[in-house]
Amino acid sequence: MIRVLSALVIGLVFGSGIALSGMANPAKVFNFFDFAGAWDPSLAFVMGGALAVTAIGYAVVLKREAPVLDRRFHLPTGRDLDFPLIAGSAIFGIGWGITGFCPGGAIPALGLGHGEAWLFVGSMTGGIALARLARHSLASRATTKAV
Amino acid sequence: MTEFTPWLSLLGGSLIGVAAVLLMAFHGRIAGMTGILSGLVPPFSNDWGWRAAFLAGAIAAPALIMMIDGSAIPFESPTPAPWLVAGGMIVGAGVYFGSGCTSGHGVCGMARVSPRSIVATIVFMTSTAVTVFVVRHLVGGL
Repeated sequence: MIRVLSALVIGLVFGSGIALSGMANPAKVFNFFDFAGAWDPSLAFVMGGALAVTAIGYAVVLKREAPVLDRRFHLPTGRDLDFPLIAGSAIFGIGWGITGFCPGGAIPALGLGHGEAWLFVGSMTGGIALARLARHSLASRATTKAV
Repeated sequence: MTEFTPWLSLLGGSLIGVAAVLLMAFHGRIAGMTGILSGLVPPFSNDWGWRAAFLAGAIAAPALIMMIDGSAIPFESPTPAPWLVAGGMIVGAGVYFGSGCTSGHGVCGMARVSPRSIVATIVFMTSTAVTVFVVRHLVGGL
């Protein structure tokens, strides 16, 4: 129960940050990336602020043995610069450039009460589900072949 | 046109950082929206409770700010509905295979100086900028 309450409060902080920063506003995202047009550099300040606080905070927190509410830190350990990482990131950018929504911006945007965010998040969730299906069916086919 | 908002954006970005640090300190988790959301797509992961709670908080926050402040938070989505659907599917597939998005790779991973996150962030920032250029200046808008 304490874990759920804590995550709710941290989610509130995250959503407030996204909403105030302008990341939940597709028009602002488009203008950040539009160097050839009406360039609005605001989102560089979002990234800068977020990175500075996180880098310092992580350095302090990760010196501990374990987090407060779990037995261990769940950190990604992969180091390969593999094809899925690069192709997936390039594909993500195409979608971000078309819609102006990234996942972290779109979820809090749901709370602004505009239908566009709901349409985007529904489609994005469908995209994640389909991608997972595709990866699992590919993986099981590969296993069958190996046998 | 959107208004240049350096201070508000810096404040918002810092709050995103505070949330990322708190999620690591208390839950030992990366504050990446892709990772958190993926555990809520069937088949659900066993630890869906904190994930759903984080999402609920993230969605409630802008509504609460608007209630307290009494004014609307700027929002403008000029993309036609069919492109929102297509773009949404593209983003979902991309972040799934790329193992993260702006929050997971761009903030948390970069803060850990993870080589995978640094490469992912450079790739998706470049790809987004190229896409915006093509859509706005070559195609002339969707």
